[in-house]
Amino acid sequence: MPAVQETVDRVRQIDVDQYRYGFETLIESEKAPKGLSEDIVRFISAKKNEPEWMLQWRLEAYRRWLTMEEPTWARVDYPKIDYQELYYYAAPKAFVAPKSLADVDPEILKTYEKLGIPLKEQEILAGVRKQGEPSTLDDDAIGGEYGSGRVAVDAVFDSVSVATTFKEELKKAGVIFMPISEAIREHPDLVQKYLGTVVPTSDNYFATLNSAVFSDGSFVYVPPGVRCPMELSTYFRINERNTGQFERTLIIADKGAYVSYLEGCTAPQRDENQLHAAVVELVTHDDAEIKYSTVQNWYPGNAEGKGGIYNFVTKRGDCRGKNSKISWTQVETGSAITWKYPSCILRGDNSRGEFYSIAISNGYQQVDSGTKMIHLGKNTTSRIISKGIAAGVSQNTYRGLVTAHRKATGARNFTACDSLLIGDKCGAHTVPYIEAKNSSALFEHEATTSKISEDMLFYCVQRGLSQEEAVALVVNGFVKDVLQQLPMEFAVEAQKLISISLEGSVG
Amino acid sequence: MTALLEVKGLKVQVEDNEILHGLDLTVNAGEVHAIMGPNGSGKSTLSHVIAGKPGYEVTGGEILFKGEDLLEMDPDERAAKGVFLAFQYPVEIPGVATMTFLQRKARGESEYSTPDFLKKVREVAASLNIPQDMLKRGVNVGFSGGEKKRNEVLQMALFQPSLCILDEMDSGLDIDALRVAADGVNALRSKDRAMVVITHYQRLLNYIVPDVVHVMSKGRVVKSGGKELALELEKSGYAQFENKAA
Repeated sequence: MPAVQETVDRVRQIDVDQYRYGFETLIESEKAPKGLSEDIVRFISAKKNEPEWMLQWRLEAYRRWLTMEEPTWARVDYPKIDYQELYYYAAPKAFVAPKSLADVDPEILKTYEKLGIPLKEQEILAGVRKQGEPSTLDDDAIGGEYGSGRVAVDAVFDSVSVATTFKEELKKAGVIFMPISEAIREHPDLVQKYLGTVVPTSDNYFATLNSAVFSDGSFVYVPPGVRCPMELSTYFRINERNTGQFERTLIIADKGAYVSYLEGCTAPQRDENQLHAAVVELVTHDDAEIKYSTVQNWYPGNAEGKGGIYNFVTKRGDCRGKNSKISWTQVETGSAITWKYPSCILRGDNSRGEFYSIAISNGYQQVDSGTKMIHLGKNTTSRIISKGIAAGVSQNTYRGLVTAHRKATGARNFTACDSLLIGDKCGAHTVPYIEAKNSSALFEHEATTSKISEDMLFYCVQRGLSQEEAVALVVNGFVKDVLQQLPMEFAVEAQKLISISLEGSVG
Repeated sequence: MTALLEVKGLKVQVEDNEILHGLDLTVNAGEVHAIMGPNGSGKSTLSHVIAGKPGYEVTGGEILFKGEDLLEMDPDERAAKGVFLAFQYPVEIPGVATMTFLQRKARGESEYSTPDFLKKVREVAASLNIPQDMLKRGVNVGFSGGEKKRNEVLQMALFQPSLCILDEMDSGLDIDALRVAADGVNALRSKDRAMVVITHYQRLLNYIVPDVVHVMSKGRVVKSGGKELALELEKSGYAQFENKAA
């Protein structure tokens, strides 16, 4: 674990109150007026030059939203959100779609520099700036299962995508990877065919809100038989005071296609809480596979629990075709509130869903996260590995649903939920819901809760490790199963984040 | 010449209960000391306090190690200075491969490059009958009692500490396992190194023959002598010392 020393060094540099990514880019933004109304929905749609059908879709969602109530079943506690006090649209001012990174506002590029983290991606960004030169990453040591070792970045800065790289090469392969706002104009048939078919506009309070006001996000379409030649990656960043961030992502893998998508987030420091309600929809047809990985590191609030992002996310994948597969991997370290259940609908026979999760809460963070595996087709299988780590005075809940439909003959699920407690003021909770309506379904559920014991730490320090190294070692051991599921550069990043998130939690 | 370890008038309490009531112990380099005594006499407490385990309050006395004040150091500093405690109950660390754990600890030791270190680990492991696949498993996870103890000896052999404290190394071991572990320990005896062997039973001392035997009772060393003292204890028991200490 060579990254650990680096991790410890980093942790030492960081203070809880000095959230590393807590800077603000000084770009004037163009905001919609505060509050939410039909006019605002029309404003957003008009800003994006959307076709009429899109506007009508949004308005329908908005009208539906007005009739809905904010859900209260999750084990999270936060002051009531005044939806009229938020801004629903902000775009970098004088935005003209850039043709290449050279056209991108240097302030924005500087932001990426400061972020310091997208290791490989940063090099690519730099490479792009040199224009035309091949990426140095193609022949580096990463290789292996990462193939070309390239990542295409669709950068989402606040609400508008400002740069898309590798577009040409993806085009050659027939892969469409672009901001969804562009896809709505350029590929209306595809968008109309799939948008809202996995997460309907009426799905839940936050998803419905998103449907009405979503700003931007990614659109990916991988045509039949195509293995996407690179990892696709998007960095989300909330950058406008009091701007709700409503990302919308739609990924489709057609028959026999494969794509791996990485999502990573950081956000600047804030005093007010920020609302984030994203929707991600995945669709796999016969024999197709989507691997979706997230590292989420939004501002969790300060040492007193003030500030921090409210993260209400609806992520769902539909294994529509037979033998298809969807795999969610997430590392959740940030946000004041996390409400997130990446799920799989296993519709096609022999389809498979996977959920690998590391959810870390420290300070006053509250996490209520898990997954839903909905077995509809025959011989469908799913696997859930959840690792919750709670420190400080945080609350960490795993909430999961595994269900087999009457026709889901031979459905199988394996679930393992492990919780690790650091200190004695935090809480870990496991809430599994299991329903089998078919007698041949076989569901297994394992759950453990353990505490990082003084004995464990003492054993490590007796062998010469510092207290912080000892915690990092024990925690990294605990989450190993999940880290292994992440693409390599993400895994290294995640390992660092985990240690940073737990800084100061012991001793 | 300064002693390697000097414990003077050590008083220790746990939650207002005094466990050690002024303990003295001097160990020179090259010596093997056995500390014997009944349950509750404070043997393990002594080993924990020397290694710096949290939860004990030192209310009096001092511990000098190579002439330095050991009580001023954090446990990891003590380890770096050469204090090694072989645990009575080695702790399991799931998900951390034993080899990774060993390498972590070896960081900063410049004498081994990584391939050399790996080779060295494999050699020592082989001499202790530790199968190679055990090095890939999580630290102590699913190890038998004997394997755990051998893993402790393996670490001792790799880190070459100047003071080895063996806390009840014989507990939970059958004769064969005990012999293997003891052979590993004996191989580490040297004129630069001292060992403190804590045990209830004389049996272990047939394999690791001490230079000095101390009898502890109720938080003090009540008698010290040669290895024959252990045999005497085996016959007459601890009762005579308990009365004496009271």
